[in-house]
Amino acid sequence: MTAMMAWPRKDGRKGIRNVVLVAYLVECAHHVCKQIARPFPDGDVQVVGFSGCFPSDYGQDMMAALCTHPNVGAVQLVSLGCENFKKGQLAEAIRASGRPVNVITIQDVGGTGAAIKAGRDWVQQTQSEIMALPKVEMEVSELVIGTICGGSDATSGITGNPAAGVAFDMLVQEGATCIFEETGELIGCEHVMADRAANADLRPAIIASVDKAAKYYAAMGYGSFSNGNATGGLSTIEEKSLGAYAKSGQSKIAGILRPAQTAPSGGLYLLDVVPDGPPKYGYPNINDTAEIIELISCGAHAVIFVTGRGSVVGSAISPVLKVCANPETYTRMSGDMDVNAGRVLEGGATLQDVGTEIVERLVSLGQGQKTASEDLGHAEFVLTYKSAAPKEPGCHPN
Amino acid sequence: MTEHSKNDHRILVLADGDNVAVIKATILAGECIRLRGHDVVVPQTLGLGHKLAVENIPAGRDIVKYGFPIGFAATDIPLGTHVHVHNLSSRYTQVEVME
Repeated sequence: MTAMMAWPRKDGRKGIRNVVLVAYLVECAHHVCKQIARPFPDGDVQVVGFSGCFPSDYGQDMMAALCTHPNVGAVQLVSLGCENFKKGQLAEAIRASGRPVNVITIQDVGGTGAAIKAGRDWVQQTQSEIMALPKVEMEVSELVIGTICGGSDATSGITGNPAAGVAFDMLVQEGATCIFEETGELIGCEHVMADRAANADLRPAIIASVDKAAKYYAAMGYGSFSNGNATGGLSTIEEKSLGAYAKSGQSKIAGILRPAQTAPSGGLYLLDVVPDGPPKYGYPNINDTAEIIELISCGAHAVIFVTGRGSVVGSAISPVLKVCANPETYTRMSGDMDVNAGRVLEGGATLQDVGTEIVERLVSLGQGQKTASEDLGHAEFVLTYKSAAPKEPGCHPN
Repeated sequence: MTEHSKNDHRILVLADGDNVAVIKATILAGECIRLRGHDVVVPQTLGLGHKLAVENIPAGRDIVKYGFPIGFAATDIPLGTHVHVHNLSSRYTQVEVME
Protein backbone atom coordinates (compact mmCIF):
# COMPACT_ATOMS: atom_id res chain seq x y z
CA MET A 1 0.00 0.00 0.00
CA THR A 2 1.32 3.46 -0.91
CA ALA A 3 1.87 5.63 2.14
CA MET A 4 -0.43 8.49 3.01
CA MET A 5 1.27 11.88 2.93
CA ALA A 6 0.11 14.54 5.36
CA TRP A 7 0.97 17.93 6.86
CA PRO A 8 2.53 17.61 10.34
CA ARG A 9 1.14 19.86 13.09
CA LYS A 10 2.79 21.13 16.26
CA ASP A 11 0.58 18.96 18.52
CA GLY A 12 1.76 15.77 16.79
CA ARG A 13 -1.36 15.26 14.72
CA LYS A 14 -1.20 15.25 10.92
CA GLY A 15 -3.59 16.70 8.36
CA ILE A 16 -4.70 15.05 5.11
CA ARG A 17 -5.88 18.50 3.95
CA ASN A 18 -4.27 21.93 4.38
CA VAL A 19 -7.27 24.22 4.34
CA VAL A 20 -7.27 27.97 4.96
CA LEU A 21 -10.37 28.76 7.04
CA VAL A 22 -12.05 32.13 6.72
CA ALA A 23 -14.12 32.33 9.90
CA TYR A 24 -16.85 34.81 10.81
CA LEU A 25 -17.31 35.43 14.53
CA VAL A 26 -20.87 36.70 14.12
CA GLU A 27 -23.32 36.49 11.20
CA CYS A 28 -22.67 40.17 10.44
CA ALA A 29 -19.17 39.18 9.21
CA HIS A 30 -20.39 36.23 7.08
CA HIS A 31 -20.73 38.13 3.81
CA VAL A 32 -17.22 39.55 4.10
CA CYS A 33 -15.89 35.98 4.65
CA LYS A 34 -17.72 34.68 1.56
CA GLN A 35 -16.26 37.49 -0.50
CA ILE A 36 -12.76 36.90 0.86
CA ALA A 37 -12.97 33.20 -0.11
CA ARG A 38 -14.65 33.73 -3.50
CA PRO A 39 -11.57 33.99 -5.77
CA PHE A 40 -9.99 30.83 -4.33
CA PRO A 41 -10.72 27.20 -5.28
CA ASP A 42 -13.53 25.62 -3.19
CA GLY A 43 -11.51 23.11 -1.24
CA ASP A 44 -8.48 25.27 -0.49
CA VAL A 45 -10.20 28.16 1.26
CA GLN A 46 -13.40 27.48 3.20
CA VAL A 47 -15.85 29.61 5.14
CA VAL A 48 -16.93 28.56 8.63
CA GLY A 49 -18.09 30.52 11.64
CA PHE A 50 -20.41 31.14 14.56
CA SER A 51 -23.49 33.21 13.75
CA GLY A 52 -24.70 34.19 17.20
CA CYS A 53 -23.93 37.52 18.83
CA PHE A 54 -24.53 36.33 22.41
CA PRO A 55 -21.68 34.65 24.31
CA SER A 56 -21.38 30.85 23.94
CA ASP A 57 -18.85 28.61 25.67
CA TYR A 58 -19.83 25.84 23.28
CA GLY A 59 -19.30 28.13 20.28
CA GLN A 60 -15.86 29.13 21.63
CA ASP A 61 -14.86 25.49 22.30
CA MET A 62 -16.05 24.34 18.88
CA MET A 63 -14.38 27.17 16.97
CA ALA A 64 -11.10 26.56 18.84
CA ALA A 65 -11.24 22.82 18.08
CA LEU A 66 -12.12 23.40 14.42
CA CYS A 67 -9.55 26.17 13.82
CA THR A 68 -6.80 23.93 15.26
CA HIS A 69 -8.03 20.79 13.44
CA PRO A 70 -5.21 18.85 11.76
CA ASN A 71 -6.71 19.46 8.30
CA VAL A 72 -6.51 23.24 8.84
CA GLY A 73 -3.31 25.08 7.86
CA ALA A 74 -4.16 28.72 8.60
CA VAL A 75 -7.10 30.84 9.77
CA GLN A 76 -8.41 34.25 8.78
CA LEU A 77 -10.77 35.44 11.54
CA VAL A 78 -13.30 38.12 10.63
CA SER A 79 -15.07 40.09 13.35
CA LEU A 80 -17.62 42.86 12.94
CA GLY A 81 -16.27 44.42 16.10
CA CYS A 82 -19.17 44.65 18.56
CA GLU A 83 -20.10 40.94 18.91
CA ASN A 84 -19.48 39.02 22.13
CA PHE A 85 -17.22 36.34 20.66
CA LYS A 86 -13.84 36.24 22.43
CA LYS A 87 -11.75 36.64 19.30
CA GLY A 88 -8.51 37.38 21.13
CA GLN A 89 -8.78 34.09 23.01
CA LEU A 90 -9.48 32.17 19.79
CA ALA A 91 -6.66 33.89 17.90
CA GLU A 92 -4.25 33.03 20.74
CA ALA A 93 -5.29 29.35 20.67
CA ILE A 94 -4.67 29.23 16.91
CA ARG A 95 -1.31 31.02 17.24
CA ALA A 96 -0.25 28.66 20.04
CA SER A 97 -1.05 25.70 17.74
CA GLY A 98 1.64 26.94 15.34
CA ARG A 99 -0.76 28.10 12.62
CA PRO A 100 -0.72 31.47 10.88
CA VAL A 101 -3.73 33.52 12.02
CA ASN A 102 -4.96 36.98 11.10
CA VAL A 103 -7.80 38.95 12.70
CA ILE A 104 -9.73 41.52 10.68
CA THR A 105 -12.25 43.69 12.50
CA ILE A 106 -14.58 45.21 9.91
CA GLN A 107 -15.43 48.27 12.00
CA ASP A 108 -11.72 49.03 12.51
CA VAL A 109 -10.42 48.53 8.97
CA GLY A 110 -13.01 50.79 7.36
CA GLY A 111 -15.92 48.59 6.37
CA THR A 112 -16.80 45.82 3.93
CA GLY A 113 -14.58 46.77 0.99
CA ALA A 114 -11.45 47.29 3.05
CA ALA A 115 -12.05 44.09 5.05
CA ILE A 116 -12.47 41.99 1.89
CA LYS A 117 -9.29 43.39 0.35
CA ALA A 118 -7.24 42.86 3.51
CA GLY A 119 -8.59 39.33 3.88
CA ARG A 120 -7.91 38.30 0.28
CA ASP A 121 -4.37 39.65 0.43
CA TRP A 122 -3.61 37.74 3.62
CA VAL A 123 -5.24 34.50 2.42
CA GLN A 124 -3.41 34.60 -0.93
CA GLN A 125 -0.03 35.16 0.71
CA THR A 126 -0.59 32.65 3.52
CA GLN A 127 -2.03 29.95 1.31
CA SER A 128 1.01 29.89 -0.94
CA GLU A 129 3.24 29.74 2.17
CA ILE A 130 1.45 26.82 3.82
CA MET A 131 1.12 24.82 0.60
CA ALA A 132 4.92 25.01 0.23
CA LEU A 133 5.42 23.27 3.61
CA PRO A 134 6.74 19.70 3.35
CA LYS A 135 4.47 16.69 3.93
CA VAL A 136 5.39 13.60 5.92
CA GLU A 137 4.25 9.98 5.83
CA MET A 138 1.14 9.13 7.80
CA GLU A 139 0.14 5.69 9.13
CA VAL A 140 -3.42 4.32 9.19
CA SER A 141 -3.09 4.19 13.00
CA GLU A 142 -2.88 8.00 13.02
CA LEU A 143 -6.24 8.40 11.29
CA VAL A 144 -9.33 9.61 13.12
CA ILE A 145 -12.51 8.64 11.25
CA GLY A 146 -16.09 9.54 12.09
CA THR A 147 -19.26 7.92 10.86
CA ILE A 148 -22.79 9.18 10.44
CA CYS A 149 -25.86 8.09 8.56
CA GLY A 150 -28.35 10.50 7.10
CA GLY A 151 -31.21 10.38 4.68
CA SER A 152 -31.63 6.85 6.03
CA ASP A 153 -34.00 4.24 4.69
CA ALA A 154 -34.33 0.56 5.48
CA THR A 155 -31.38 -0.31 3.21
CA SER A 156 -29.03 1.81 5.39
CA GLY A 157 -29.25 -0.78 8.15
CA ILE A 158 -28.85 -3.75 5.82
CA THR A 159 -25.96 -2.72 3.54
CA GLY A 160 -24.29 0.66 4.16
CA ASN A 161 -24.18 0.73 7.95
CA PRO A 162 -22.95 -2.86 8.47
CA ALA A 163 -20.34 -2.22 5.74
CA ALA A 164 -19.22 0.93 7.58
CA GLY A 165 -19.06 -1.27 10.71
CA VAL A 166 -16.75 -3.70 8.87
CA ALA A 167 -14.56 -0.73 7.88
CA PHE A 168 -14.50 0.50 11.50
CA ASP A 169 -13.45 -2.94 12.77
CA MET A 170 -10.60 -3.02 10.23
CA LEU A 171 -9.48 0.50 11.19
CA VAL A 172 -9.66 -0.14 14.96
CA GLN A 173 -7.63 -3.31 14.38
CA GLU A 174 -4.94 -1.12 12.75
CA GLY A 175 -4.91 1.20 15.78
CA ALA A 176 -6.92 4.04 14.24
CA THR A 177 -9.47 6.12 16.18
CA CYS A 178 -13.09 5.64 15.10
CA ILE A 179 -16.00 7.73 16.35
CA PHE A 180 -19.68 6.95 16.01
CA GLU A 181 -22.61 9.00 17.21
CA GLU A 182 -25.34 10.11 17.95
CA THR A 183 -27.10 8.91 20.99
CA GLY A 184 -30.53 10.14 19.83
CA GLU A 185 -30.27 7.62 17.01
CA LEU A 186 -29.20 4.79 19.29
CA ILE A 187 -32.40 4.80 21.35
CA GLY A 188 -33.39 1.19 21.83
CA CYS A 189 -29.83 -0.21 21.46
CA GLU A 190 -28.43 1.03 24.77
CA HIS A 191 -28.32 -2.37 26.48
CA VAL A 192 -26.82 -4.22 23.51
CA MET A 193 -24.29 -1.40 23.19
CA ALA A 194 -23.43 -1.35 26.92
CA ASP A 195 -22.34 -5.00 26.63
CA ARG A 196 -19.49 -3.80 24.41
CA ALA A 197 -18.05 -1.37 26.99
CA ALA A 198 -14.29 -1.85 27.42
CA ASN A 199 -14.59 -1.42 31.19
CA ALA A 200 -17.19 -1.61 33.96
CA ASP A 201 -17.42 2.17 34.54
CA LEU A 202 -18.32 2.80 30.95
CA ARG A 203 -21.30 0.45 30.93
CA PRO A 204 -23.73 2.60 32.96
CA ALA A 205 -22.36 5.74 31.26
CA ILE A 206 -23.39 4.36 27.84
CA ILE A 207 -26.92 3.56 29.05
CA ALA A 208 -27.16 6.97 30.75
CA SER A 209 -26.09 8.80 27.59
CA VAL A 210 -28.88 7.18 25.57
CA ASP A 211 -31.47 7.71 28.34
CA LYS A 212 -30.50 11.38 28.37
CA ALA A 213 -31.02 11.56 24.60
CA ALA A 214 -34.43 9.87 24.80
CA LYS A 215 -35.58 12.36 27.45
CA TYR A 216 -34.17 15.31 25.52
CA TYR A 217 -35.91 14.34 22.30
CA ALA A 218 -39.15 13.60 24.14
CA ALA A 219 -39.02 17.14 25.56
CA MET A 220 -38.47 18.52 22.06
CA GLY A 221 -41.63 16.76 20.89
CA TYR A 222 -40.06 14.95 17.95
CA GLY A 223 -37.57 12.15 17.83
CA SER A 224 -34.78 11.83 15.34
CA PHE A 225 -37.11 10.39 12.78
CA SER A 226 -38.05 12.12 9.55
CA ASN A 227 -40.85 11.63 7.11
CA GLY A 228 -38.37 10.28 4.54
CA ASN A 229 -37.39 7.56 7.00
CA ALA A 230 -40.99 6.31 7.08
CA THR A 231 -41.42 6.52 3.29
CA GLY A 232 -38.28 4.41 3.02
CA GLY A 233 -39.85 1.68 5.15
CA LEU A 234 -38.58 2.50 8.65
CA SER A 235 -41.37 2.45 11.25
CA THR A 236 -39.88 3.26 14.66
CA ILE A 237 -36.87 4.95 16.25
CA GLU A 238 -35.76 1.54 17.60
CA GLU A 239 -35.71 0.13 14.06
CA LYS A 240 -33.79 3.12 12.74
CA SER A 241 -31.45 2.92 15.73
CA LEU A 242 -30.58 -0.75 15.27
CA GLY A 243 -29.74 -0.02 11.66
CA ALA A 244 -27.68 3.02 12.65
CA TYR A 245 -25.95 1.10 15.43
CA ALA A 246 -24.53 -1.34 12.87
CA LYS A 247 -22.10 1.43 11.79
CA SER A 248 -20.14 0.95 15.00
CA GLY A 249 -18.99 -2.56 14.04
CA GLN A 250 -18.07 -5.16 16.66
CA SER A 251 -15.09 -3.61 18.47
CA LYS A 252 -15.11 -2.84 22.18
CA ILE A 253 -16.19 0.72 23.00
CA ALA A 254 -13.15 2.45 24.53
CA GLY A 255 -14.83 5.61 25.78
CA ILE A 256 -17.36 8.40 25.36
CA LEU A 257 -16.33 11.68 23.75
CA ARG A 258 -18.07 15.04 23.88
CA PRO A 259 -18.00 17.64 21.09
CA ALA A 260 -14.62 19.41 20.71
CA GLN A 261 -12.77 16.68 22.64
CA THR A 262 -10.12 14.45 21.10
CA ALA A 263 -9.70 10.78 21.92
CA PRO A 264 -6.76 9.96 24.21
CA SER A 265 -5.67 7.00 22.05
CA GLY A 266 -6.82 4.74 19.22
CA GLY A 267 -10.00 2.66 19.48
CA LEU A 268 -13.74 3.01 19.08
CA TYR A 269 -15.50 5.94 20.76
CA LEU A 270 -19.12 6.99 21.15
CA LEU A 271 -19.68 10.71 20.62
CA ASP A 272 -22.35 11.93 23.04
CA VAL A 273 -23.83 14.96 21.30
CA VAL A 274 -26.69 15.63 23.74
CA PRO A 275 -25.91 18.35 26.31
CA ASP A 276 -26.24 17.62 30.04
CA GLY A 277 -28.93 19.29 32.09
CA PRO A 278 -32.43 20.38 31.08
CA PRO A 279 -33.12 20.95 27.37
CA LYS A 280 -31.89 24.38 26.27
CA TYR A 281 -31.44 26.02 22.85
CA GLY A 282 -33.59 23.41 21.03
CA TYR A 283 -32.54 20.25 19.21
CA PRO A 284 -29.11 18.87 20.04
CA ASN A 285 -28.19 18.79 16.35
CA ILE A 286 -30.45 20.49 13.84
CA ASN A 287 -29.30 18.47 10.81
CA ASP A 288 -26.68 16.03 9.48
CA THR A 289 -24.13 18.80 8.97
CA ALA A 290 -24.24 19.73 12.67
CA GLU A 291 -23.35 16.11 13.47
CA ILE A 292 -20.57 16.00 10.88
CA ILE A 293 -19.08 19.21 12.26
CA GLU A 294 -19.10 17.77 15.80
CA LEU A 295 -17.32 14.61 14.57
CA ILE A 296 -14.75 16.87 12.90
CA SER A 297 -14.42 18.90 16.13
CA CYS A 298 -13.19 15.64 17.73
CA GLY A 299 -10.38 15.53 15.17
CA ALA A 300 -11.95 13.38 12.43
CA HIS A 301 -9.77 13.55 9.30
CA ALA A 302 -12.67 12.20 7.25
CA VAL A 303 -16.26 11.12 7.83
CA ILE A 304 -18.02 8.06 6.40
CA PHE A 305 -21.58 9.13 5.54
CA VAL A 306 -24.00 6.27 4.86
CA THR A 307 -27.15 7.29 3.02
CA GLY A 308 -30.12 5.37 1.66
CA ARG A 309 -32.45 8.11 0.43
CA GLY A 310 -29.53 10.03 -1.07
CA SER A 311 -27.84 12.83 0.85
CA VAL A 312 -25.56 15.12 -1.15
CA VAL A 313 -23.72 17.00 1.60
CA GLY A 314 -19.98 17.25 2.10
CA SER A 315 -18.32 19.36 4.76
CA ALA A 316 -15.88 22.11 5.46
CA ILE A 317 -12.51 20.99 6.90
CA SER A 318 -12.70 17.21 6.38
CA PRO A 319 -13.77 15.12 3.38
CA VAL A 320 -17.08 13.23 3.59
CA LEU A 321 -17.04 9.78 1.94
CA LYS A 322 -20.52 8.96 0.73
CA VAL A 323 -21.56 5.30 1.02
CA CYS A 324 -24.86 4.66 -0.76
CA ALA A 325 -26.88 1.85 0.81
CA ASN A 326 -29.73 1.75 -1.69
CA PRO A 327 -29.01 0.41 -5.20
CA GLU A 328 -31.95 2.35 -6.68
CA THR A 329 -30.65 5.61 -5.18
CA TYR A 330 -27.15 4.83 -6.41
CA THR A 331 -28.39 4.47 -9.97
CA ARG A 332 -30.21 7.79 -9.72
CA MET A 333 -27.47 9.80 -7.91
CA SER A 334 -24.17 8.04 -8.63
CA GLY A 335 -22.38 11.37 -9.22
CA ASP A 336 -22.77 12.19 -5.53
CA MET A 337 -21.68 8.79 -4.24
CA ASP A 338 -18.25 7.31 -3.52
CA VAL A 339 -19.12 3.71 -2.64
CA ASN A 340 -22.03 1.58 -3.85
CA ALA A 341 -22.94 -0.58 -0.84
CA GLY A 342 -26.33 -1.41 -2.39
CA ARG A 343 -24.70 -4.01 -4.60
CA VAL A 344 -24.75 -6.27 -1.52
CA LEU A 345 -28.55 -6.51 -2.04
CA GLU A 346 -28.11 -7.44 -5.67
CA GLY A 347 -25.63 -10.18 -4.78
CA GLY A 348 -22.68 -8.36 -6.40
CA ALA A 349 -20.58 -8.02 -3.26
CA THR A 350 -20.35 -9.01 0.39
CA LEU A 351 -20.34 -6.62 3.36
CA GLN A 352 -16.65 -7.51 3.77
CA ASP A 353 -15.95 -6.39 0.17
CA VAL A 354 -17.68 -3.06 0.71
CA GLY A 355 -16.02 -2.52 4.10
CA THR A 356 -12.61 -3.12 2.53
CA GLU A 357 -13.45 -0.69 -0.27
CA ILE A 358 -14.42 1.97 2.30
CA VAL A 359 -11.06 1.60 4.09
CA GLU A 360 -9.18 1.77 0.77
CA ARG A 361 -11.07 4.90 -0.24
CA LEU A 362 -10.36 6.55 3.14
CA VAL A 363 -6.64 5.80 2.81
CA SER A 364 -6.69 7.16 -0.75
CA LEU A 365 -7.90 10.51 0.66
CA GLY A 366 -4.45 10.76 2.25
CA GLN A 367 -2.84 9.99 -1.11
CA GLY A 368 -4.27 12.90 -3.05
CA GLN A 369 -7.69 11.49 -4.00
CA LYS A 370 -10.87 13.48 -3.39
CA THR A 371 -14.42 12.49 -2.54
CA ALA A 372 -17.40 13.09 -4.87
CA SER A 373 -18.69 15.85 -2.58
CA GLU A 374 -15.28 17.58 -2.61
CA ASP A 375 -15.19 17.42 -6.42
CA LEU A 376 -18.69 18.91 -6.51
CA GLY A 377 -17.62 21.80 -4.27
CA HIS A 378 -19.65 20.84 -1.19
CA ALA A 379 -18.25 22.43 1.98
CA GLU A 380 -21.31 22.67 4.26
CA PHE A 381 -20.97 24.09 7.73
CA VAL A 382 -23.37 24.82 10.60
CA LEU A 383 -22.77 25.70 14.23
CA THR A 384 -25.56 26.70 16.62
CA TYR A 385 -25.99 27.39 20.31
CA LYS A 386 -25.66 24.45 22.68
CA SER A 387 -24.71 23.96 26.32
CA ALA A 388 -20.97 23.31 26.51
CA ALA A 389 -19.77 19.84 27.47
CA PRO A 390 -18.02 19.47 30.82
CA LYS A 391 -14.25 19.75 30.46
CA GLU A 392 -13.58 16.40 32.16
CA PRO A 393 -16.07 13.78 31.02
CA GLY A 394 -14.40 11.03 33.06
CA CYS A 395 -15.33 8.33 30.60
CA HIS A 396 -11.94 7.63 29.14
CA PRO A 397 -10.32 4.52 30.59
CA ASN A 398 -6.87 5.98 29.88
CA MET B 1 -28.49 -12.98 7.45
CA THR B 2 -30.75 -16.00 7.20
CA GLU B 3 -32.64 -16.62 4.02
CA HIS B 4 -35.55 -19.04 4.13
CA SER B 5 -35.94 -21.10 0.99
CA LYS B 6 -39.65 -21.20 1.83
CA ASN B 7 -39.73 -17.46 1.16
CA ASP B 8 -40.00 -15.40 -2.01
CA HIS B 9 -36.52 -14.42 -3.26
CA ARG B 10 -37.41 -10.71 -2.90
CA ILE B 11 -37.65 -10.87 0.87
CA LEU B 12 -34.91 -11.09 3.44
CA VAL B 13 -35.19 -12.32 7.04
CA LEU B 14 -32.25 -10.61 8.75
CA ALA B 15 -31.87 -12.74 11.87
CA ASP B 16 -33.20 -15.92 13.45
CA GLY B 17 -36.24 -15.16 15.54
CA ASP B 18 -37.35 -12.21 13.42
CA ASN B 19 -41.10 -12.06 12.81
CA VAL B 20 -40.79 -9.57 9.97
CA ALA B 21 -38.86 -9.73 6.69
CA VAL B 22 -37.42 -6.88 4.62
CA ILE B 23 -38.37 -6.44 0.96
CA LYS B 24 -35.35 -6.35 -1.41
CA ALA B 25 -37.23 -5.48 -4.62
CA THR B 26 -40.72 -4.16 -5.34
CA ILE B 27 -43.67 -6.52 -4.87
CA LEU B 28 -46.76 -5.40 -6.82
CA ALA B 29 -50.28 -5.23 -5.44
CA GLY B 30 -52.12 -8.51 -5.98
CA GLU B 31 -48.99 -10.62 -6.33
CA CYS B 32 -49.06 -13.99 -4.63
CA ILE B 33 -45.80 -14.66 -2.81
CA ARG B 34 -44.35 -17.51 -0.79
CA LEU B 35 -43.90 -16.79 2.95
CA ARG B 36 -42.74 -19.52 5.35
CA GLY B 37 -44.19 -22.07 2.95
CA HIS B 38 -47.60 -20.34 2.68
CA ASP B 39 -48.96 -18.59 -0.42
CA VAL B 40 -50.02 -15.06 0.53
CA VAL B 41 -51.57 -12.34 -1.64
CA VAL B 42 -50.00 -8.91 -1.02
CA PRO B 43 -52.81 -6.33 -1.23
CA GLN B 44 -50.73 -3.22 -1.91
CA THR B 45 -47.49 -2.47 -3.79
CA LEU B 46 -44.53 -2.56 -1.40
CA GLY B 47 -41.09 -1.12 -2.16
CA LEU B 48 -37.52 -1.80 -1.17
CA GLY B 49 -36.97 -1.59 2.58
CA HIS B 50 -40.56 -2.13 3.69
CA LYS B 51 -41.48 -5.00 6.00
CA LEU B 52 -43.89 -7.94 5.88
CA ALA B 53 -45.03 -10.12 8.76
CA VAL B 54 -43.66 -13.65 8.30
CA GLU B 55 -45.97 -15.05 10.99
CA ASN B 56 -49.25 -14.12 12.63
CA ILE B 57 -48.36 -11.50 15.26
CA PRO B 58 -50.94 -10.82 18.00
CA ALA B 59 -51.48 -7.24 19.24
CA GLY B 60 -48.99 -6.29 21.95
CA ARG B 61 -46.23 -8.69 20.90
CA ASP B 62 -42.76 -7.42 20.05
CA ILE B 63 -41.93 -6.89 16.39
CA VAL B 64 -38.46 -8.42 15.98
CA LYS B 65 -35.94 -7.36 13.30
CA TYR B 66 -32.13 -7.74 13.35
CA GLY B 67 -32.88 -10.15 16.25
CA PHE B 68 -34.03 -7.28 18.48
CA PRO B 69 -37.42 -5.67 19.22
CA ILE B 70 -38.15 -2.56 17.14
CA GLY B 71 -41.50 -1.87 18.85
CA PHE B 72 -44.75 -3.78 19.36
CA ALA B 73 -47.79 -4.75 17.30
CA ALA B 74 -50.50 -2.09 17.78
CA THR B 75 -53.09 -4.48 16.28
CA ASP B 76 -53.22 -8.15 15.34
CA ILE B 77 -50.94 -8.50 12.31
CA PRO B 78 -51.67 -11.53 10.08
CA LEU B 79 -48.94 -13.32 8.07
CA GLY B 80 -48.07 -11.35 4.91
CA THR B 81 -49.31 -8.00 6.19
CA HIS B 82 -47.31 -4.81 5.58
CA VAL B 83 -45.80 -3.86 8.96
CA HIS B 84 -45.26 -0.13 9.29
CA VAL B 85 -46.26 2.99 11.26
CA HIS B 86 -49.98 2.06 11.09
CA ASN B 87 -49.63 -1.19 13.05
CA LEU B 88 -46.20 -0.98 14.70
CA SER B 89 -45.67 1.27 17.75
CA SER B 90 -42.42 2.41 19.32
CA ARG B 91 -41.76 1.70 23.00
CA TYR B 92 -39.75 4.95 23.01
CA THR B 93 -40.66 8.04 20.96
CA GLN B 94 -43.88 8.12 18.98
CA VAL B 95 -43.41 8.73 15.26
CA GLU B 96 -45.17 11.74 13.75
CA VAL B 97 -46.37 10.93 10.26
CA MET B 98 -46.40 14.29 8.51
CA GLU B 99 -47.83 13.42 5.12
